[in-house]
Amino acid sequence: MIKIKTSEELIKAHEDFGSCLDKKFHCEPGKKAIVVCGGTGCLSSSSDQLLARLQKLIKEKGLEDKVTANIVGCFGFCSQGPFVKVFPEETLYTKVKVEDADEIIEKDIIGGEVVERLLFIDPQTKQRVARQHEINFYKLQKRDIALKGNAEINPEDINEAIGQGAFLALNRALHMDPQQVIDEVLKSGLRGRGGAGFPTGRKWQFAHDVQSDEKYVVCNGDEGDPGAFMDRSIIEGNPINVIEGMMIEGYAIGAKNGYFYIRAEYPIAVNRLRNAIKQCEEIGLLGDNILGTNFSFRCHIRLGAGAFVCGEETALLNSIEGKRGMPRPRPPFPAIKGLWDKPSVINNVETLANVPYILLNGADKYAAIGTEKSKGTKVFALGGKVNNVGLVEVPMGITLRQLIFDIGGGIPNGKKFKAIQTGGPSGGCLTEKDLDTPIDYDNLIAAGSMMGSGGAIVMDEDNCMVDVAKFYMTFICDESCGKCSPCRIGTKRCLELLTKITDGKGTMKDLDELKELAEVIKSNSLCGLGQTAPNPILSTMAAFYDEYVAHIVDKKCPAHVCKSLMQYKILEDKCVGCGMCARNCPASAISKTDKVPVGKPETLPLRVHFIDAEKCVKCGLCQANCRFGAIIKD
Amino acid sequence: MARLQDAAVKQITEIVNRYKNEGTPLMMILSDIQKEYGYIPLEVQELVSDLTGIPVSEIYGVVTFYSFFSLTPKGKYVVGVCLGTACYVKGSQLVLDKFEELLHIKPGETSEDGLFTLDALRCVGACAIAPAVSINGKVYPMVQVGQVENIIKEYRAKEAN
Amino acid sequence: MGLVNIKIDGQAYQVESGLTILEAAKKCGFNIPSLCAFNNGQCSRASCRVCLVEVKGARGLVASCVYPIAEGMEISISSPKAVAARRASVELILSNHHKNCLECEKNGHCELLEVSKLVGARDGMYSGEQTPATIDTLAPGLIRDTSKCILCGRCIERCKEAQGISILGFENRGFNTIVAPVGNRSFATSPCLQCGQCVNVCPTGALMEHSEIDKVDAALRAGKKVIVQTAPAVRAAIAEEFGEKIGTPGTGKMVAALHRLGFYRVFDTNFGADLTIMEEANELLERIKNKGVLPQITSCSPGWINYLEYYYPEVIPHVSTCKSPHMMMGAIIKTYFAKTHDIDPKDIFNVSIMPCVAKKYERSRSQMPDDVDAVLTTRELAKLIKRSGINWQRLPEEEFDQDLLGEYTGAGVIFGVTGGVMEAALRTAYFWLTGKEHDKIDFEQVRGLEGVKEAALDINGTVVKVAVASGMRNAKKLLDEVKAGKSPYAFIEIMCCPGGCINGGGQPFVKPLFLPNEDDNILETYKAKRASVLYSEDVRQTVRQSHNNKDIQKLYKEFLGKPGSELAEELLHTSYVADREKYPSGK
Repeated sequence: MIKIKTSEELIKAHEDFGSCLDKKFHCEPGKKAIVVCGGTGCLSSSSDQLLARLQKLIKEKGLEDKVTANIVGCFGFCSQGPFVKVFPEETLYTKVKVEDADEIIEKDIIGGEVVERLLFIDPQTKQRVARQHEINFYKLQKRDIALKGNAEINPEDINEAIGQGAFLALNRALHMDPQQVIDEVLKSGLRGRGGAGFPTGRKWQFAHDVQSDEKYVVCNGDEGDPGAFMDRSIIEGNPINVIEGMMIEGYAIGAKNGYFYIRAEYPIAVNRLRNAIKQCEEIGLLGDNILGTNFSFRCHIRLGAGAFVCGEETALLNSIEGKRGMPRPRPPFPAIKGLWDKPSVINNVETLANVPYILLNGADKYAAIGTEKSKGTKVFALGGKVNNVGLVEVPMGITLRQLIFDIGGGIPNGKKFKAIQTGGPSGGCLTEKDLDTPIDYDNLIAAGSMMGSGGAIVMDEDNCMVDVAKFYMTFICDESCGKCSPCRIGTKRCLELLTKITDGKGTMKDLDELKELAEVIKSNSLCGLGQTAPNPILSTMAAFYDEYVAHIVDKKCPAHVCKSLMQYKILEDKCVGCGMCARNCPASAISKTDKVPVGKPETLPLRVHFIDAEKCVKCGLCQANCRFGAIIKD
Repeated sequence: MARLQDAAVKQITEIVNRYKNEGTPLMMILSDIQKEYGYIPLEVQELVSDLTGIPVSEIYGVVTFYSFFSLTPKGKYVVGVCLGTACYVKGSQLVLDKFEELLHIKPGETSEDGLFTLDALRCVGACAIAPAVSINGKVYPMVQVGQVENIIKEYRAKEAN
Repeated sequence: MGLVNIKIDGQAYQVESGLTILEAAKKCGFNIPSLCAFNNGQCSRASCRVCLVEVKGARGLVASCVYPIAEGMEISISSPKAVAARRASVELILSNHHKNCLECEKNGHCELLEVSKLVGARDGMYSGEQTPATIDTLAPGLIRDTSKCILCGRCIERCKEAQGISILGFENRGFNTIVAPVGNRSFATSPCLQCGQCVNVCPTGALMEHSEIDKVDAALRAGKKVIVQTAPAVRAAIAEEFGEKIGTPGTGKMVAALHRLGFYRVFDTNFGADLTIMEEANELLERIKNKGVLPQITSCSPGWINYLEYYYPEVIPHVSTCKSPHMMMGAIIKTYFAKTHDIDPKDIFNVSIMPCVAKKYERSRSQMPDDVDAVLTTRELAKLIKRSGINWQRLPEEEFDQDLLGEYTGAGVIFGVTGGVMEAALRTAYFWLTGKEHDKIDFEQVRGLEGVKEAALDINGTVVKVAVASGMRNAKKLLDEVKAGKSPYAFIEIMCCPGGCINGGGQPFVKPLFLPNEDDNILETYKAKRASVLYSEDVRQTVRQSHNNKDIQKLYKEFLGKPGSELAEELLHTSYVADREKYPSGK
């Protein structure tokens, strides 16, 4: 491995590796390059074995001179994975299985033709689409800031990152005064991507202005928001980019050490980050006198261990210090008294991933993207009841409609859009009326939700909003650290009231109490987790009050989700009497009647079935197994 | 209280020493022990306390705070059903219910034969393939209630051989 | 420290900078209720959310116990929003609290109940499932009832800061969080000192002494000869239980009350203290003379003995084998006193009134014969007195019974404060070594409330170095030296509770919430105030050295022979356990 000790050496390495990379993507005549998605989603569908198979075939067939095969970060379009992309044509194969490797090698690499059957089919036009940028999912995206390098470079090879321009931003920053770096970030308008959207430059300024022998930068990778996986993909796809962002921050505030706090649930991200740090150290880009300057910096990894509250920055600091992840009162703010009581800045993974772009391209270019008060791009984890599930990076200011229907491809199975939950358990539900709102920090708050870290869960008419509120409350109740009484006890009481309502035992007085309690938790809790915990209740109550009332007054769950308020029924005119439902019923709740199914001869032993509501455990297996659509929820 | 075997004492001492220059980060030490042994019993916590000077009560407080750390041994196969939002809205609660029913255990418990531990997970980040179930790290995508029985059979069969 | 201008509810005030809102408000005449804050509002947790106030410009409500004041700050304590918020926090806490107030031992001293009144909490506003509770009654000294715990964390802090052992900690998470010894074990199967410092700070009935009032009742009912003795520190604090200011002596009234409660004899543990000095000073001189193990360390504090056995078993050879004063006294009552009065020892029931909960544990040790049958704390004695309808204010001053064990000296009195045993021992040792009394009786060097004190005494040209420590966190430094064989001292006094027995775990609660007439800094001054009661009683005594106690001299002449005699060894000395398991199997 080479050593990079000066700016000149960095620039030379960038040019050398860059041309290699260039060759990989734009291949010399007759040569090709294959990349395979190495994100968690694709790996769970054995993309590692797929890659191994491809490499084995290349070797067996003596194609080493003609083609390379490497792993890259996440493609983001996870519902279509695993992905294989072939350069220079940029053909994108989707849902590739291990056994498809042979055909790709034979047909595409050797034969030079596209493997049609592995191409993505556009759900609207039903046409096969060969190239990534032609797919609707990618059309509106801007995947070159936070997701820069994802799905292009090998995340385990620092040389490719350097070839793509890694550390050039750091190099530029090191030629600036720390204050100038902060000014640049301030000017860019970058706001924290972890949730609250506090201006990043101002955070840096606080810590910069404090005198201290030691300061720390901390990267918050404790992505606990259920339904969000932006940070994981960013680290998995391009760990160097985040390290570089952290280094620039360290230089700006005067810190010598940086801590990555990563969820233990993300082993791949942790390994890639660990590997990237090691490579940076070996090459001389982490350690003493970086690029020949006085700037010295080291990175450390600390693992979370399954506590959502550690996403709260003071709880995170306690966790790094080896304590229970219970938030600290503020003031003092971490920028003044943080990790081990030293001035510390905590930034989210995605925030740091934005920093190199700003320093490299200038604040003005960055600020040109987005809305007036929310600049740049935002990565969302689009999930739930939407056709194109995956990770998207979009410029601030696109509308929810574009996000859900253009990028997301709308709601599956022709169902009706009901709501989109942004901001996770701290956020709220946005509905039809908010669909044309441009997405930015302030608009989402005004609409009763928040940006949060970027989870965006779409719900359709089959989702019960009281049940959704109960789901989030269960989550918060489990994840409340237990330190302050309003959150510890209040969320439990909220959950009890919600359970009462979904069990059909609620009263209108309970509803008032629930609202009042939600307000108490919001105003009285110690930390951000508690203060935002009631948001799912308050926002669903605001938008779907009728649904709450239906549970209480009519004793009905309109979406047929709440088990106590719904039952499965067999439609007599549709039942053909096949008995599949009865055979699959775990509770033996389904039996034959005397009725002969419509249009069936009496001589056959087929009889219409019925469900004994007393015995039914409402597992839904009967409905799942009925091929005639004869079983409904009522 | 059961005494630790010499080998265990040696290994735990080694784990603690691994981080000597890093300011003895308790979370990392406990993570490594959890990974190595699958659980962190009290006698191990006492040893870590002796080696680090951190009171046992604080270590115990940390172990019981974080859901990744366990006080009791886990089963041979740890079945994690994701209850993240994306999985939940796609019915993962029903999948979990089915595992509970077939394994006769609640989340956090281990089956009597020591084979399975059931965990309700908080978003494993596999939202695109919801509902997701992970068994000893292997992720099963888009699991439906009807598949649960076969998944369990697969592992039971593996044991029978 | 400069002054800053603040406004509270529209009124302007000037207060010194660096204070929290809660502290500043107190100085301006406002009491903001709080539960997790102690020490007049210094709090590191801000967890109970009872002290919320509004601050203009701040995001949401702020916890006044941690929020620092700043120039120009406008605070609102009485705004409807702040008032409602404080009430709601308390109501939520109440919804997870076992509200059996009538039978709760803490009734009358419960801060939660008091604060509920102050904020106007409505009963049953919120209700629902409660955190699964544990009630630990296995330890002789302490009871822990998590159904009363509000997770303020004061006990955890106190255990760490006073004893440095952190027996208590938070366990689990969220709604299942509890405060407990490791693994929610009993205090009895944890390396707990049972000193009761945690009890002294607990705002509710979650931590209490293990009451033995019922045992005493039963003995009185059974017609036993119930003999009571009171430790020196009890008189320094008992009056507080009856509304007197801290530092009011209560000796005479306490004795009068005990007479009215029907005890057969009312003795002073000071006699036992004098006896301890005779034995302990003799042991010290023997060790010096025979080149035995030095330094010698005192053994009167059972909390300290627990610490010794759990954490420093290597130091056991250094520790005096003397029983503590009340155990010596108990042994003498059941032998010498019984024999002289021709009473069957089985008919005697010895009760010790102690400032201590560890003494309850001590009397149950297997190394101790059943010489003391029940130990009541200062607080329990007050309950007994109140229950019997005795009007403390109207009580006359009475004297301890003068019956064989009646006389006591000033040396015995000062046992109740840190440095007292050392001073008493030095008075006697000096006399024995030189044949004359030290011309200056008060050994000022060993007085005062610092955690560790050192002194040097010139005895016939030989300089003897001694040290005194209270609170195990302080003692640790001295013990590490002893363990390493590097201790420069000949004699060390160690008391478990910071400040000695005047601050014992069985003493009246010092809680500013219930003490409107005390100074703002009472938590910093109460120990000195109690200590002064003992030092002035010492000065008032005509006899101030244990060896000059006439009854002690008579006891040796008629019964024990001489200090360290075979009989004295049998009755007045004990042994220690070197292999006590910290966390024995089982709960």
